[in-house]
Amino acid sequence: MIAAARCIVTRDLLLALRRPSDVGTALLFFVIVASLFPLGIGAEPDLLRAVAPGVIWVAALLSSMLSLARLFAADHADGTLEQMLLGAAPLGVVAAAKVLAHWLISGLPLVAIAPLIALQYDLPASLYGTLAVSLLLGTPVLSLIGAIGAALTLGLRGGGVLLSLLVLPLYVPVLIMGAGSVDMAAAGLSPQGQLQLLAALLVVAAAFAPWAIAAALRISTE
Amino acid sequence: MLEASNLDCLRGGRTLFRGLSFSLRGGELLRIAGANGSGKTSLLKILCGLLTPDAGEVRWQDTPIRQLREDYSRELVYLGHAPAVKDDLTAAENLAVACTLAGRTASPQQAGEALESYGLAADGVAVRRLSQGQRRRAALARLLLSADAPLWLLDEPFAALDAAAARFTEELIAGHVAQGGAAIYTTHQEANIGAAVLRVVKLG
Amino acid sequence: MSAAIKWFWFASPQTFFPLAGTLARACWIGAALLAAAGLYVGFFVAPTDAQQGEAYRIIFIHVPAAWMSMFLYVVMAFWAAIGLAFNTRLSSMMASAVAPTGALFTFIALWTGALWGRPTWGAYWVWDARLTSELILLFLYLGFMALQAAIDDPRRADRAGALLAIVGVVNVPIIYYSVTWWNTLHQGASVSLTRAPSMASTMLTGMLLMALAFWLYSIAASLARVRCIILERA
Repeated sequence: MIAAARCIVTRDLLLALRRPSDVGTALLFFVIVASLFPLGIGAEPDLLRAVAPGVIWVAALLSSMLSLARLFAADHADGTLEQMLLGAAPLGVVAAAKVLAHWLISGLPLVAIAPLIALQYDLPASLYGTLAVSLLLGTPVLSLIGAIGAALTLGLRGGGVLLSLLVLPLYVPVLIMGAGSVDMAAAGLSPQGQLQLLAALLVVAAAFAPWAIAAALRISTE
Repeated sequence: MLEASNLDCLRGGRTLFRGLSFSLRGGELLRIAGANGSGKTSLLKILCGLLTPDAGEVRWQDTPIRQLREDYSRELVYLGHAPAVKDDLTAAENLAVACTLAGRTASPQQAGEALESYGLAADGVAVRRLSQGQRRRAALARLLLSADAPLWLLDEPFAALDAAAARFTEELIAGHVAQGGAAIYTTHQEANIGAAVLRVVKLG
Repeated sequence: MSAAIKWFWFASPQTFFPLAGTLARACWIGAALLAAAGLYVGFFVAPTDAQQGEAYRIIFIHVPAAWMSMFLYVVMAFWAAIGLAFNTRLSSMMASAVAPTGALFTFIALWTGALWGRPTWGAYWVWDARLTSELILLFLYLGFMALQAAIDDPRRADRAGALLAIVGVVNVPIIYYSVTWWNTLHQGASVSLTRAPSMASTMLTGMLLMALAFWLYSIAASLARVRCIILERA
């Protein structure tokens, strides 16, 4: 079981390494979206500082969702998904491994790049830590929940947009808690509460989402 | 070993087959014949558990496969229509992944030998550079490493193969059956697999 | 033994079809009567509110609609889960039939909420916690309907929708809680738009009558719709 999970994670990482453009475009999207907001709302420093947590979080959300569409689609197209369905490891473990690989490729880099965006928005350096932790806790939840949507919409027309419609409402608590934690820190209050709630969401999602993803994969491939 | 009883299959509003029943024991070979669209692939998928039949059930060693789940998956090898190889990995890497996912360990040396038997070099060429026939051979190489799986389910195993590779595959399947394994395959072409018991299920 | 047979007798779409028709007719009539009574109480009998004047009367539609929108989501998820667990087609059809009515009530709740907001708070939309949660609930309904519409195979559509509905119903309390918290963070102690004026008993009667009317309407509409779905899939 562990061997299968490790195999899938290394395989997906290897594939991402050999197709770095896929990874790069999602990150680029993150940066571009975050750069669009000042162009839209004006570059007033106080305003930007106030909206920074929300903007960074929304950009992270959208970027994560963009890369979700590809999570299972490629494997479905070349038949490797079928082999995973017939594998020796439980499908929930396989799903968890895929999501872990997805997060390592699309979520973790966002955490690394977020401070640069924060710099663009002149977010006080003291908030970088909270921002990073909130993203670190929140992006896996986004991957987990989003993977359910990706599995449900496998092979459907209108795939990417339909996936967004299904998944964005479910993202709302993560967004509120994530951006809210940084807002709390910005107001001088402790972000502990929100971060702990994010951690709780992560634990619950990690426990239940893989089985939902497995069920969705079976529903979509039958 | 394998028993299918009263299988119904409806796809896209059409009834592909109704009340299909047969059984398969070790040392037997089953060929599923039928025209395009007659439900050969659907039947094969029902037999390996990828598809749920609209009626009836499939039993392995007298237990319904729906209960067995991974235990059943471990006993079989399924090679579908698509070669199930990742374009960006080499043939050897694909083989290693396929074996690990199926719960079998294969050393790089064994993988290399399997590929060589099919005339493929275990080099660093990504599968996207291989021809259709080479891809199918890379997928079939898995059979050489799956001798311990009693049941082989092969969907169009000879597609895109040249005569020599097709012959090799036929012998492989025949050898597996001779050693007590069971194999089910679908094909358009007439295949000549020398096997003790050859049964045919004709669909459509 | 006979009780068990009776349950599954009506689980067959063919046998349910005529029953649904009869029930639906009865519910249409009941809904119309109750709605007439409720609106009469709401618009003529209930007293004018001291703070909000006549404008508050829209709560007789807004609050029951909001109640129904949440109730129907749970009903939809319930039928979808039954259909997924027991593989009964009719249960899944009921879930698909309930969804549009649920979405309609969510929309009515949002619309009437906005109409209430304008005279009371000066703006049509003030992002208060309840209305924002209603908005997200609308997205959940629309997502369910869109997913089912995008899938051609009815069985896959049923099962995919069921999974989505179950995931949604589990998330609704989490969403509501987080939106409520978000609202307190950003708006301080602003008064909730949907806090009704302190209830005179006639006001409560009016709302309950409307709630019952909406409930019977939902049953009638869902049954009528499920008859259409049965005919489509027959």
